[in-house]
Amino acid sequence: MEEKFINLTLKVWRQKQGEKKGKIETYQAKNISTDASFLEMLDIVNDDLTIKGIEPIAFDHDCREGICGMCGQVVNGYAHGEEKGTTLCQLHMRRFKDGDTVFIEPFRAKAFKVVKDLVVDRSAFDKIIQAGGYITAKAGGAPDANIFPVTYETCELAMNAAECIGCGACVAACPNASAMLFVSAKISHLALLPQGRPEAAKRALGMVRAMDACGFGNCSNERECEASCPKNISITNIARMNREFLSAGVCSTAM
Amino acid sequence: MNWLVRTFSCSIAKKQFMAVTGLAFCLFLTTHLIGNLFVYGGKDAFNAYVEHLHALGVLIHIAEAGLIIFALIHIGTALILYFQNLAARPVKYKKKSNAGGRTLASATMPYTGLFILVFIVVHLVSMKFADHSTLTTFDVTAGVFAKPAYLAFYIVSMVVVAFHVNHGFWSAFQSFGASHPKYMPIVRGFGILFSVIVGAGFGLIPIAFNMIS
Repeated sequence: MEEKFINLTLKVWRQKQGEKKGKIETYQAKNISTDASFLEMLDIVNDDLTIKGIEPIAFDHDCREGICGMCGQVVNGYAHGEEKGTTLCQLHMRRFKDGDTVFIEPFRAKAFKVVKDLVVDRSAFDKIIQAGGYITAKAGGAPDANIFPVTYETCELAMNAAECIGCGACVAACPNASAMLFVSAKISHLALLPQGRPEAAKRALGMVRAMDACGFGNCSNERECEASCPKNISITNIARMNREFLSAGVCSTAM
Repeated sequence: MNWLVRTFSCSIAKKQFMAVTGLAFCLFLTTHLIGNLFVYGGKDAFNAYVEHLHALGVLIHIAEAGLIIFALIHIGTALILYFQNLAARPVKYKKKSNAGGRTLASATMPYTGLFILVFIVVHLVSMKFADHSTLTTFDVTAGVFAKPAYLAFYIVSMVVVAFHVNHGFWSAFQSFGASHPKYMPIVRGFGILFSVIVGAGFGLIPIAFNMIS
C-alpha cells in the first residue's frame, strides 16, 4: 500500500499524576505517515507538544510488536482500536482517513486506576495471578517426551488460552468492567493440562475470589471481551472457568 | 459453613443463581403457554383446563411458592449485579463503541427485566386476583383483553419477554459452563427459537380470546 500523509484531530484524555480528575484535550496530529503505527503517531504528536512546551501525553507501551500486553488505550470507543485481533501497537494509521477525529481514552475500570493520562495501573491482574495462576510442581529436569498423555486438540486449546497477554482489553471493553475473560484464560491454560490439574480447584476458587476482591464487575455474557481481545481469546474459556468454579466450590475439598 | 458463604457470594455463583432461576422461569413459560393454548379449543376447553389445573390443589401452591422464591432470588441477585457492575466503572467513556459482541437483547437485560416485573404485577392483579366469584376464568381474561390499552401493553410485554429470553437462555448455559462445540450452537439456536415461540405464542393468545368471545 502506498504511503500517504494524513492529518487528524485527537481528543485525548489528560489527567495529571496524583489527581483523580482529568479532561479531554484536543490536539492536531499533522503530517502522519499511514505507515506509522498508532503509538508512533503518538510519539510524533508528543515531539510536537514538547517543542510547544506542553507536557507530552503519557501512555503505556513496551515491545511494540503485540506480545507484551503493555500498550492499550480505548480508541474511538474500541479497546486497542477497531481492528480485530491486534494490540494498539499493531494498529496502523492506514486504518484512518485524513481529517478523522480520534478519541483516545485510558482503559476504564474501578480496578484499573489511571496513573497519568492514558497510563493505567493493572496490578490488579498481578494480584489475581498471585492467588493461583501458577503450578507448584517441582520442575526438575526436562521430562521424557510424551510422558503426559495430552491430545493435540487439548494442547491447542491450552495454547489458545495461554495466548492471553494480560493487556486488560477485556476489562476495558466489558460493559460491566468484568475481568472474567482474563481470569478464565489463566485458569483454562493450566486446567487443560495434566500439570495444572492437581491444583485446579484451589486455583479456580482463589483466582475468582481475588478477582472479586479487586472490584471488577460481573460477567453478563455480553461477549464484548471476546470481540475486543487482541489475541482472540474465546468465551468458551469463561464457560470452562464457570464449571471449574462450580465443581471446585461444590465437589472439591478446597475451601 | 464458611465455605458455603464464600462460594455462593462469588461473582460466578451469582451468575449461576441467575441461570438456574432463569431456566426455571423458561420451564414455567413453557407450561403456561401450553396451558393457554387450550383457548384455541374454545371457551369450554379453556375453562376445563383451568378447573383441572386448580384441582391439583396443594401442588399448585407448592409451585407458586417455588416461583415466588425463585423470583426473589432472580430479582435480588439482579439488583446486586446491576449496582456492582455500575460501581465497577466509576468514570464512563466519553466515546464507547460496540465491538460486535453486544446485542440489543444483551444490552437491555436489566431494563427488560424491570419491565417484566411491572408486567407480572399488572398481570397478576388484573387476572389472578380479579373477582372470579361470578365469572369464569375465560370471561375474566376475555374482559381484560377486550381493553385496547391492556391488549397493547400485553403484546409489547411479550416482545420484551422474548428479548429477555433471547439473551437469557443461552446465557444460562454459558454461566453453568455447559459450553460444548457440539451442543452450544444447538443451545443458541434453540434459545432464539424459544424466544420467538414465547413472544409469538403468548402474543397471539389475546387475539384468540378476542376472536372467540
